[in-house]
Amino acid sequence: MAADTLFHRITDYANRADPYPLYAELRESGVTRQQDGSYLVGAYHEIAALLHDPRISSDRRNRTAADAAATCEEDLPVSFIAMDDPEHNRLRRLAMRPFGPPHTPGRIDAMHGEIARIADELIAGLRGKDRIDVVDDFAYPLPVTVICRLLGVPREDEPRFHAWTQEIIASFDPTPGEDLAERQRSGLESRRTMGRYLGELAEKRRGHPSDDMLSAFVNDEGPDGRLTQPEIMATSVLLLIAGHETTVNLITNGVLTLLRHPEELERLRRRPELMPRAVEELLRYEPPVQMLPQRSPLADIEVLGTTVPKGAPLILVLASGNRDPLRFRDPDRFDPTREDNRHLGFGSGVHSCFGAPLARLEVQLALTTLIRHLDNPRLVEDPPPYRRSPVLRGPRHLPIERDTTGT
Amino acid sequence: MSGDLRDGRIVIVGASLAGLRAAETLREKGFAGSLTLVGEDPRPPYDRPPLSKQVLLGRVPAEDTGLPLRRPVDAQWKLGVRATGLDPIEKRVLLANGEQLPFDRLLITTGTRARPWPNPAEAALDGVFTLRTSEDAGRIAERLDAGPRRVLVIGAGFTGSEIASACRERGLDVTVAERGPAPLVGALGGSFGALAAKLQRAHGVDLRCGVTVTALTGNGRLTGAELSDGSRIEADIAVVALGAIRNTEWLAESGLAAGPRGLACDAGCRAFNMYGIVTDDVFVAGDVARFPHPLFEYQLLSLEHWGNAVEQAEVAAHNMVSPGPLRRPHLAVPAFWSSQFGLNIKSVGVPTFSDQVVLAQGSPKEARLVAVYGYRGRVTAAVSVNQAKSLEYYQRLIETAAPFPPEPVGTDRPEPMTPVPSDVPDPAVLSHGPTVALTGHLPDRRLTLVRR
Amino acid sequence: MNIVVDLNRCQGYAQCAFLAPQVFEMHGEEALMYLPVPPEDQLERVRRAAAACPVQAILVGEEAGADVR
Ligand SMILES: Cc1cc2nc3c(=O)[nH]c(=O)nc-3n(C[C@H](O)[C@H](O)[C@H](O)COP(=O)(O)OP(=O)(O)OC[C@H]3O[C@@H](n4cnc5c(N)ncnc54)[C@H](O)[C@@H]3O)c2cc1C
Ligand code: HEM
Ligand code: SF4
Repeated sequence: MAADTLFHRITDYANRADPYPLYAELRESGVTRQQDGSYLVGAYHEIAALLHDPRISSDRRNRTAADAAATCEEDLPVSFIAMDDPEHNRLRRLAMRPFGPPHTPGRIDAMHGEIARIADELIAGLRGKDRIDVVDDFAYPLPVTVICRLLGVPREDEPRFHAWTQEIIASFDPTPGEDLAERQRSGLESRRTMGRYLGELAEKRRGHPSDDMLSAFVNDEGPDGRLTQPEIMATSVLLLIAGHETTVNLITNGVLTLLRHPEELERLRRRPELMPRAVEELLRYEPPVQMLPQRSPLADIEVLGTTVPKGAPLILVLASGNRDPLRFRDPDRFDPTREDNRHLGFGSGVHSCFGAPLARLEVQLALTTLIRHLDNPRLVEDPPPYRRSPVLRGPRHLPIERDTTGT
Repeated sequence: MSGDLRDGRIVIVGASLAGLRAAETLREKGFAGSLTLVGEDPRPPYDRPPLSKQVLLGRVPAEDTGLPLRRPVDAQWKLGVRATGLDPIEKRVLLANGEQLPFDRLLITTGTRARPWPNPAEAALDGVFTLRTSEDAGRIAERLDAGPRRVLVIGAGFTGSEIASACRERGLDVTVAERGPAPLVGALGGSFGALAAKLQRAHGVDLRCGVTVTALTGNGRLTGAELSDGSRIEADIAVVALGAIRNTEWLAESGLAAGPRGLACDAGCRAFNMYGIVTDDVFVAGDVARFPHPLFEYQLLSLEHWGNAVEQAEVAAHNMVSPGPLRRPHLAVPAFWSSQFGLNIKSVGVPTFSDQVVLAQGSPKEARLVAVYGYRGRVTAAVSVNQAKSLEYYQRLIETAAPFPPEPVGTDRPEPMTPVPSDVPDPAVLSHGPTVALTGHLPDRRLTLVRR
Repeated sequence: MNIVVDLNRCQGYAQCAFLAPQVFEMHGEEALMYLPVPPEDQLERVRRAAAACPVQAILVGEEAGADVR
């Protein structure tokens, strides 16, 4: 089969539950031009090198073919995930100021207790139920609650921003097809609405500081100055979406993977201190961000003998690199004690995940709490139904059954 | 054959970073014989880089720098004992306490020591220090705690600059005297040095370049120093940071190719004897070694880099227990870091092996940049300041001998990119000696390093 | 337990400084400083940090030669 249909098959919803054989095919076929003009890279060392390569841009305005998702307007600029240095660096540093080191090193560590409490409350709410949907009952509400508190967004507004978020995510789904332009248009519209909504929340805090990031964005000023109002809008949209739409998938993928490997689940139940490394292995084995669809080269570059022309869409398939046998021994095996696990689950290089420490803590606590409280958990459906996106991949629902005596 | 190599007696002289990592690697590779580590320092292996950073800042006690083990080494430790000689015929190491240690294979990792102040009477003044051991660092930190009026740092290489940085961060007045034209010139060249000078002055260092300290003065206790430009400085502490001396004196009678520039070895870490014939039972690794590197025209490199000590120790240990065809060369691209004045400086390749340098990424004003060095039209080194994530890319250019100047890339770079002379000085001009010495020369042979 | 960080490998991702802020500290934007001998009560955090380091630069282990004297 010609390699040029590979991207079509990878994005085909029918292959969502198990894209890994296709990724193996991708690694076999090297780097080839796809029907839609994009280039896919699936080999670990090449992806890692490209993520550190200054010739690679994250800014879609550098693409040859015009692209509605790249539209950037005065009132709502693109967020820093879609920018290059030095501007990317400036904005990321400003956003980091109230979030982590060097300015606020203790913030995430201090959320430990609160996250654990949220997890416990969600579990308490399931008392007596012998059938649970891991997604709706636990994996989704947990990171949403956390990111709302961190940013200062009212939790009860979730139905509103949930709808916007879905439109925005659909607009970044690179699945080739006629509806792409339409999806990108409505994504942009939702982004604008969400930006206005978050901008207003931030504005209300001006002069009335509270202990959240929106407040810090409008009230605190560092040596680099502060974010402008449009930058606050763009940045908080990014943080709100990135802050929960990925974490939900890692928690769910984690539960699914552990239920498929009961002996590992048992081991983690007995030895919770293994959880941090188990979460790293999950990020390798079932990464929530399967690919990075928005890179393009600023010059013609050569990857594995293929020339990728300047301005072509370059898609880095992180989930494939994570299963590359040239980097990981026995890559298709889930091994929570794997050594030297330098996975690509959070990307790498200058755009490597901003929220990774928060995500790590959330997922470690979520899975530890969940397995402690689930008595004899069983998958009801395997594979479970998946969400549409091939980029942010994860189950839409994960129904499980458990024994309720004693819990 | 390899069965034999896993057995027998191995002695390691020098129980610091390279010695420890070699011992672990020997055991990891299945060495089951007897293993003895000899070290002059009474302390088990500790890490030196924190000594000029965390320890001088007062954040970490000098004793709290012990190195963690990668795995158990099951070794006999002889600490606080100097090796005084080597009998290559009888295969024995002679110790200062009269003991003789027989060996089948020997690894030499005796590293370097700080170059002392040349005038012994002045060096003996209370308040005059050098910095190499944890004991040194502990004593200096104690004096810094006491709040001296001024600290004099003699020599502005990496160690001197880090000491000055720690003093400024503590709010102490500090004067740095450097014979060369700027700080870090010996390792990074004049163009980079100019930047380092600006940085030090911006942080309040009283930096004096192009001068030498002609005398340390005091009466039992240091009170000040006289400089070659006729000026005088009052100081209650002087830290002499004039570079390092290789610990090879104990090998003087051994017949090995040991001298002030280190002990020469082949790419597989086997020591040469004084006739240039390679031995097969004496290996060498770390700061004391001089080894040929294919990326740098097979010149013998002597590196004072933490990473080199680790990597070379691993290769030496591997080769000590492996038969000929399974032996590996030590080809790692040299790399080091330094942190000073709140900046992370990292280097790959050999910046002194260069004739030109170009600012390839970032901007000096923001103190975020990558400078790329070239020699006769190919890339030989790159140095980043707060841009560590980009360095891998340039390392690949070095490994593939890519053309210099490199293609202008990315959105974060000056326009236009203009190479300038890298201004690498003659090592004789510097106060502190270069941290990379290019020594010896063999005919040019081209080789490309293949990764992975 | 002692730690050492391979600062050639470290690229300043600061994961450690988030997860064990009393042990790992960013000195400026990118330079890492840490306590080679972390306090007992920080060990769990140190392990989290070591697991999270994207370049696996943090070595945690028994102090070398602790059995010597
Ligand atoms: C203050 C300071 C800061 C540093 N900072 C950095 C940095 O930021 N980045 C970087 O890359 N590198 C840095 N380094 C360099 C790094 O520490 C060295 O490269 C490394 O220690 C070399 O290890 P080694 O085992 O080869 O030699 P050493 O650490 O020098 O060890 C040699 C050992 O051999 C012993 N010995 C010597 N002679 C004898 C004898 N005759 N008999 C028995 N034992 C003997 C010594 O006592 C010593 O313990 C720094 C060094 C210092 C001193
Ligand atoms: C398990 C959960 C998560 C995963 C798998 C994940 C994954 C990723 C990946 C792969 C990238 C790189 C994107 C690129 O290179 O283009 C990224 C970037 C980013 N992530 Fe995450 N993420 C997670 C959680 C979070 C959280 C909780 C937050 C916010 C608090 C967050 C905020 C961001 C931001 C702002 C970026 C852009 C960084 C930049 O461009 O510099 N992420 N994430
Ligand atoms: S997490 Fe790793 S790469 Fe990041 S700062 Fe810490 S040691 Fe360095």
